Amino acid sequence: MATPQLRRLGPSPAMAWVFLAPALLLLAAWMVYPIVYSIFRSFHDASGNTFVGLENYGAIFSDSATLTTIRNNIIWVVVAPLMVTVLGLIFAVLTERIRWATAFKLVLFMPMAVSLLAAGVIFRLVYEQDPDKGVANAIITTVQGVFSGDQGYPGARPRENDAAPAVLRGGAVVTKQQAQPGTPVLIPLVGLSPDAVAGFAAARPPAAGPGLSGTIWIDTVRGGGGTVNQIDTQERGLAGVTVEAVEGDTVRATTQTEADGSFRFDELTSGSYGLRLPESNFTAAFGGLTWLGPTLITPAIIGAYIWVWAGFAMVLIAAGLSAIPRDALEAARIDGATEWQVFRKITVPLLSPVLLVVFVTMIINVLKVFDLVFIIAPGSVQPQANVVALEMWRVSFGGGGNQGLGSALAIFLLLLVLPFMAFNIRRFRRDER
Amino acid sequence: MNDATFQRGPARLIDRLGGGVLQVVLILVAIFWLVPTLGLLVVSLRAETDNNSSGWWTLFTKPAQLTLENYGNLLASGFSSSFWNTVLITVPATLLVIGIAATAAYAFAWIEFPGRDALFLVVIALLVVPVQIALIPIAKLYGALGIFGSIAGVVLFHVAFGLPFAIFLLRNFFAGIPRELLEASRMDGAPEWRIFATVVFPLAKPAIASLGIFQFLWVWNDLLVALVYADTENQPMTKALQSQMRQFGTNVDILAPGAFLSLIIPLVLFFAFQRYFVQGLLAGSVK
Repeated sequence: MATPQLRRLGPSPAMAWVFLAPALLLLAAWMVYPIVYSIFRSFHDASGNTFVGLENYGAIFSDSATLTTIRNNIIWVVVAPLMVTVLGLIFAVLTERIRWATAFKLVLFMPMAVSLLAAGVIFRLVYEQDPDKGVANAIITTVQGVFSGDQGYPGARPRENDAAPAVLRGGAVVTKQQAQPGTPVLIPLVGLSPDAVAGFAAARPPAAGPGLSGTIWIDTVRGGGGTVNQIDTQERGLAGVTVEAVEGDTVRATTQTEADGSFRFDELTSGSYGLRLPESNFTAAFGGLTWLGPTLITPAIIGAYIWVWAGFAMVLIAAGLSAIPRDALEAARIDGATEWQVFRKITVPLLSPVLLVVFVTMIINVLKVFDLVFIIAPGSVQPQANVVALEMWRVSFGGGGNQGLGSALAIFLLLLVLPFMAFNIRRFRRDER
Repeated sequence: MNDATFQRGPARLIDRLGGGVLQVVLILVAIFWLVPTLGLLVVSLRAETDNNSSGWWTLFTKPAQLTLENYGNLLASGFSSSFWNTVLITVPATLLVIGIAATAAYAFAWIEFPGRDALFLVVIALLVVPVQIALIPIAKLYGALGIFGSIAGVVLFHVAFGLPFAIFLLRNFFAGIPRELLEASRMDGAPEWRIFATVVFPLAKPAIASLGIFQFLWVWNDLLVALVYADTENQPMTKALQSQMRQFGTNVDILAPGAFLSLIIPLVLFFAFQRYFVQGLLAGSVK
């Protein structure tokens, strides 16, 4: 080690132990002894009285719940450190070219100061299923709505009584009577509250004219009143409903309602048809993704993790970047290298020590991930989102009541970080030389 | 940068266009990073009925809906006691780590003793030991000592697990102090503790600031240790909020202001001391 050697003036070694005593006592009692005790405890059953050998370790690799945690940890380790490091590298390189780099770094770095519990609450809100609550689904459904445009009327349906002129059949609404041109067909629907349709245009019977025509509207009035199956003044038409004229099983014509709910088949001037409003009119609009459901939960939590840690990677890599000699980059540019070539052939190789440190730090961190999974995954999907560090707490303190298995999981976690312990020691010895 | 002199007109134009795209992309990234926290703040400032019926972003069209009601209700429900518990845990845990690690780091850096290098490697090895390893044994130990559930138990746990990083960071900083400064004092016959207190410790202020902010944030933001060792009456904010998570949907009016209160002090500290924060990060990115 590079510490100076004090030949004559140095204090006695006994002095060192006085200075070291409080730290060594704490480290021995809170870290070294627990490692030894956990190994011992992991060979015993839940009660702690019976020696069971490697049974707890066997349980880790045979129980489907713990196997899920191991699978999730593998996903985490493969995906999260790489994404954090790559994003950090991209941001670090890009911020070199903007004037407000300091502000940008502060913004990305800020989540580091926030507790993972708070980050968990923040992302529970982001991932809310209802697009009127969760910003993630609000954005997705808005973008999706722009591209598809179709807005259905989920919940709209005919009344269920004999007087109703239409019935629900296989999801579609069909008229009971055959309709003829010249007699407007009224198709009253219910199931949408007057509040939900308050912004729609007032319903109107179709204007007089040739062709089969009619009106589709919500036949209810706010506060009650109005005549059933009649268009009353306060009632609202349904715009953009697809209407099919059917003869037998064959669709003869298709049209859509106007803003006031009226429709007309100009080409059908004679004959007799059934009218059908296909199911597509009544299916719900795309409601966004189920972020917190069993399939997307781990990617969703990894997203939150990246939000927390990308700034850390960026700052570390940016510091490494500023240490790269500018001359090397400039020389390559003058020789005609493109920015991509400079990045690939010079920047990344020179940065590789820093990138490795960031990557390893992230792996160590990811192996211990606990809070984010615990907070973001709702109770019902926690088994699907579970990771080793969380399972360790769950079986030992969170109601599992098996500290033998808990100790085995803790030792398993320690074994997982062991290679990185060796990495740190080797790096330190190299730096000191 | 004087590379502009080597670029011809069109190249510079492309560069400038590219620069414009870059600005836009990075602004979008920054917004992406800000929006979640902004959402939490706005949700915490809206009445429960508003949060149930519309998204927080409707604030931009209807600014009148903001209210401090949630915060009032939260504080009235006794949340302030968990705030004080967080303070009572964090402040001693931070100060103790600084004091204990500084003396140990001084020994590692400036006192020769047999086994020093090997012992320091043990400290480095302990840097990555997961907290989980100690949960069960220390629970047993605290039971025997009668401090299970107390604030002291939580503090001691944080101090012990903060030490490897703290010793590592400070020892590396101390080792960089010029030897002449110490030798002059030793020549004068000053006792070792006085050299530590009057020469080394004052010089190490930036490193101590880095360490202090890190330890403060770790302890303030911890959930797991508190979850295991803190009784309900001694629980910090993180544990108090966690216990409300089960009914997330109906407890947003408690959780959002609570989470925001818990993050505001670390955030202020972070902005005030971000220089030291970054320095500490660069000096010891291993935990």
